[in-house]
Parts: sequence; C-alpha cells; structure tokens
Amino acid sequence: MKLRRRGPGDQEASPRPTANAGTELVVAAALAGAALAAVAFVVVYIVSADTQLLGLSLGLALGCLAVAAILAGQRLVPQEHVVEERPQFGDVSEQQQLELELVEPASGISRRKMLLGVGSLAGAAVGVAAVVPLASLGPSPGDEIGSSPWRRGLAVVDEQGRQLGPEDVPIGALVTGFPAGADPRELGSPVVLVRLPQNQLQLPTDRADWAPQGIVAYSKICTHAGCAISLYRYPLYRPTSPGPALVCPCHYSTFDPTRAGKRIFGPAGRSLPQLPLAIDQAGKLVAGGPFSGPVGPAWWGVRRT
Amino acid sequence: MIRKAVRFIDERTGSASFLGKALRYVFPDHWSFLLGEIALYSFVILVITGVFLTLFFEPSLAQTTYHGSYAPLEGQHVSKAYASAVRLSFDVKAGLLMRQTHHWAALVFVAAIVVHLMRVFFTGGFRKPRDLNYYIGLTMLTLALVEGFAGYSLADDLLSGMGLAIAYAVALAIPLVGAPLAFLIWGGQFPGSSDFLSRFYIAHVLILPIAIGVLISVHLLLIALPKHTQFRGAGRTEHNVIGTPMWPGYALRAGGLFLATAGVLFALGGLVQINPIWQTGPFEPWLGTNGVQPDWYMGWLIGALRLMPGFEPHVFGYTIFPNPFFGGILLPSIVFGLLYLWPTIERRKTGDHHAHHLLDRPRDNPWRTATGAAVFSFIALIFLAAASDRIFVSFGIPYTGQVWFFRIAVFVVPVIVYRLTKLICEELRDSDAHPLRGSATREVKRQQGGGFTA
Repeated sequence: MKLRRRGPGDQEASPRPTANAGTELVVAAALAGAALAAVAFVVVYIVSADTQLLGLSLGLALGCLAVAAILAGQRLVPQEHVVEERPQFGDVSEQQQLELELVEPASGISRRKMLLGVGSLAGAAVGVAAVVPLASLGPSPGDEIGSSPWRRGLAVVDEQGRQLGPEDVPIGALVTGFPAGADPRELGSPVVLVRLPQNQLQLPTDRADWAPQGIVAYSKICTHAGCAISLYRYPLYRPTSPGPALVCPCHYSTFDPTRAGKRIFGPAGRSLPQLPLAIDQAGKLVAGGPFSGPVGPAWWGVRRT
Repeated sequence: MIRKAVRFIDERTGSASFLGKALRYVFPDHWSFLLGEIALYSFVILVITGVFLTLFFEPSLAQTTYHGSYAPLEGQHVSKAYASAVRLSFDVKAGLLMRQTHHWAALVFVAAIVVHLMRVFFTGGFRKPRDLNYYIGLTMLTLALVEGFAGYSLADDLLSGMGLAIAYAVALAIPLVGAPLAFLIWGGQFPGSSDFLSRFYIAHVLILPIAIGVLISVHLLLIALPKHTQFRGAGRTEHNVIGTPMWPGYALRAGGLFLATAGVLFALGGLVQINPIWQTGPFEPWLGTNGVQPDWYMGWLIGALRLMPGFEPHVFGYTIFPNPFFGGILLPSIVFGLLYLWPTIERRKTGDHHAHHLLDRPRDNPWRTATGAAVFSFIALIFLAAASDRIFVSFGIPYTGQVWFFRIAVFVVPVIVYRLTKLICEELRDSDAHPLRGSATREVKRQQGGGFTA
C-alpha cells in the first residue's frame, strides 16, 4: 500500500474516479431540475400560493439539489480514504502542571479555610438574592387553589348567560352550567348537569336533597389532570350495558353520576366534587351550597372530600 | 477568486493552517453516524421556519373577534394568539407551508435525537471520553421535549389547551412544591394569568432555542476534540480514525443530506396536513374533545398517565402524591435518571475505566443491549397504550381490557425481551454471524501437500 504524506494525517493513495461523463450529466440534470422547481415555487407563490404546490415544488428543488450534491460527493470528486492519528488525552505531567498553576497563587494566603468558608457563604447568599425576584412570577396558591365561586342560591346559567331550568336537562344529555355572574374560565366554575331516573340515584343520605327531579351537578374539571369532563355514557340497553358514567377524554377517568361522582375506572384519585342543586321560586336551577370538596387536579395536601 | 478569499481570511485571522486541517478532518463512514446530523439539520429548518412564524404570530390571550377567510370561525370570540395562528395559516402566502413544515421538523428533530441516542447507547458510544458529551446530548433531548411541547401549546387551540391543562396538573402533582411552582409558571391557577402565553412564547422562541443552540455547539466541539468513534475493521485501532476527509467528499454528501432533510420536511409541510387548529377550535377550560392526540414524543407520558391505576396515597384524608405524579413526574425521572447514570452504572459493573474509541456492535455487550432493549420495550408499550382509545375506535378492542393488558404487559414483556435479546446477542457473538446475512467467513485450511480447501 502506497502512502503519501499530506496534511495532519496519513492517506492512502486515492484512486481518482474515472472521469465519468455520464455522472456529470446526471448531476447537471439534477441541478437544472432544482432550478426549474425553484422557479416553479416562485411562480406558484405569485400566482396562487397553493400550499400543496408550494411544498411540492420546494421539496423537489431541495431534493434535486440533494441528489446533485450526494452524487458529486460520491462519484465526481476523488474518493479518499484517510488514516488519521487520534489525539490521546490525559497526559499526567500536563495535568500536574495545570494543578500547580491553579493552586500555587493561594499558597501565600494563611487563612485559606476562613476565606473559603466566608466566600461560599457570600456566593450562596448572592445566588439566593438573584433567584428571589422569580417569586414575582405568580401569587402563592393560598385560598385560590381548588376554590370555586359557587355559593348557595347562585343561579346556574349556560354559556350565553341564560338561566337553566330543569327542562333544559333531559335524560341522556350532558349539559354544561356556570355560576351566574362569575368568570366562566375559572376552574371552579363549570359544572356538568345530568338527569337520572330517581330510582337509580344512590347518593349518600346527607346529599339526599342535592338532586331535585333527579338532576345532579358535578365539577366539569377532572380531578385527575384538569381536562373537561365532556363524555357521557348513558346506556340505552339496560341491563346488559354498564351503568351511566361521566368520562374525561384525556385519560378516560370514569365517574359514576348515580353515586356522588365516585371514580369507577381510570387514573383519577378523587371523586368529582358535587354541587348541591335546588330549584328557586321561579322554577329555575340554583346552587344549594358550595361544592362538596376542592375542585380540579390534586396537589400535595389537598383535602380528599 | 478562491485565492483572494483565502488571502483575505488568512491575513485577518491567520487561520489558513487551522482551516486546512479542518478540511482534512476525517469522518468514518457508517450510516448510523448520520442520525445525529438529521437532528442538527432539522434544527436548522426549525430556526428558519420559526423565524418566519414569529413575524406573524401574536402571543396574547386577549380576546378578539376573528375575521378572515376561514368562514366557520367568522365573527367568533377567540384569543389573539389563536386568531393570528389561523390567519397565518389561511391569509399569509406560504404561511401554512411554513407552519406545517415547522411542526413536521419538530417531530423529526425529536425522532432523530431519540434514534441517535439509541445508536450511541447500543454501540457504547457514551463511554469515556464521550460520557460528558452523552450527558449534553441527553440534556438537549430533555430541552427538545419541553421546546416541542411549548411550541404546540402556543396556538391556544383546543388541543394545546388540553395539553396545558395536563401539564398544569402534572406540575401541581410534584410533592411539596407542586402548587407554588405551578402558580409561578402559570401566574396563578390554570388557565393562568394573561402573562402566561407570552412567557411560554419567550421560552419557546428565545430561551430554549438559545440553550439548545449553545449545547449543539459544545456537542460538536466535544465530537471533534477526541475525533469520531468508529466501528472495528481493517486497520482501525483505538489510536487512529479512518474515513473520508471533510473536503470535498464528506462536505458534499453531508450537504446533500441537509438538502434531502430540508426537501422532505418542506414536502411534508406542503402535502401532509398537521395540527389543523381550525378544526379543533379555540380552547376554553370547560371544553374537551375525544380522540385528540399529542405530538408523538409526548405519547409515552400520556400512556403512563392513562395506565396508572387510580391510586393516590393520603394520610388523615389529605393527599400526598397526586396521581399524575406517577406517570408525569416519576416515570420520566426514572427513565432519564437511568440514562444519565448509565455510563456510571456500566463502569461500576465492568470496572472498565479506560477510554474507548472503537464502538461495540450491540452483540458485543449482551448485558447492555438486553437492558436497553428491555427498557425500550417498556417505554414502547406505554407509548402504545397512549393510542388505546384509537385502537378501540379502529379495531373495536374494549378500552378497559386494553388498559389491563398494558398494565400487565409493561412488566412481563421487558423480562422476556431481556432474556431473548441476551440470548440472541450471545449466540451472534459466538458464531460471529450477521443477523440478516448470515456468516461472512468461511474456514480455510491448508492441505498437507500445499494448496487450500475452503
């Protein structure tokens, strides 16, 4: 094997590729194709700006360029196979030299430990001071987290602010309600309303009067990861179908509306908070009190009921 | 002209000798060394298309009324972010091309990083002296996941809002500090203060891209200093590197790969629809829809959140570990922790503290390959579980049955995969056969009276 010295490494004598007129033509054709496709891109942009044609022409232009470059790299230029020495790291004497350079200047200082200690303290304190302004980013969770604007007597309204009555919640439908006058975007605001046959309801005795005409209301925000409960399984063919269920579309936590929002499947760890309902003198739906528990996804220390 | 340019540069920087050496930098040839390059090129496309998008996108949650050429949304109250993203898609020439190419490039970016990581893992490319660079690569993967998530969360469509709701719940689930931390990030309880979106925007277009860009530079430097790794082969030793020099062969081929990557991404961006935000509509906390899926690299986390049974440890009626902690915090911490610790674990187990420049074939280290394959199968199953609702829709396999299957399979399958991989690797190592092509060698014997038999 003939070796000749060149640059930093050794190199085998490189067989220069036999002048290949055919390949040169193909590369030229690819380059011409790229130019053509690029012009097509500009024309499409000016004439119609059709997204598909834009993507196709630009993709073609770049693809043709790629073909030209790769062909040229593999067929037209000399194919070199080079052996290069690899630098070896970790020369011990150099390391010792560096170590000495770093440590040497401190040898004249007598109270090194004291200075190091105070220095670390100063560094830590300044570091903390630099980070503290980050607290401006947000309030402390305080009472806001898990709270809700629902109070006894607050009217249940729809997205347009129209007060809902029992007639708006037919059996088998999932209706979304909001507290009148409150911010609908607050996690504690939206509730799901469903009507169930009275004989199916199995609410705990202390919630017996929370479901006028069989209408129950639960927080619409899943207690697992905070998505909106927007699926309602209402079986048409009892008794072969499983019972009614409120389902979150994110991770399919499944809650039983007949049993106070108890989780029956999926990853949620808490029941859905229930909102007591009542019917006011005008025959419309109002809240009978606040939610049965904190609303929304869980955090360290959240009350479970 | 070349002479003039060379003289101009050298007389002002004195770098002719250095540049000459750089042109002779040797790249060993193997297709698997190109995976990281695809990630790099996708990043370049992300920056180019991303800059275009910033010229039109308005990161504001302030309400506005949509007027534009997408008729179904006409007159609807939406956020300025959503309105500008829809306007960018329909009323800016080439806007949709850029937006879709940006999204496709993000998917390819993360995919290329993951496959590159697997190449480095299974060939032992993470060993000293490249362990440092391996940590940098893992950090870039972490940043890329956050960057990608932040990106598709900006449009304020229903999909991004649902994703952010989950992200908020996961942040909230961190023990002890979760709630204050989530309140800092969102500026209050979800859906957060009006500042929230501009914060995510700055993270997406400034902080994270700069961090990734800096780490890419360091990553490349730390490749070049000890020079590339190479597979075993004729003449290849720990002390040399054999391959194609940068100029001209490798530069042309690498440039070709960049152009090919860009071409595929723009063709995808033009021809294959991705994230049609006008179909899902604007987000409100009380809205949700079935069947939406996150970007692929979030799939394993969604799968983990879905598979976790509804278990929430509590004392005296107060929750300690909210459920999303297990799938959203604990699982990724364990997986990334294991990846970061792997070079140390392997050093401890083998007692090998030497530098390695020759790569292993996966079979050369059956234990490492089997462990990697087992962990991969674990994550792949969790990833599949994220699609179980779609599997139900497409094939009618009951959802609850699938969840139970996956809950068991994620623990059983990796054990089988570990055993099987180890067996195959040992077999291959001992027979030295190629898994697809069979053995390439034949025994040649010299006969007593001269001559050879094969």
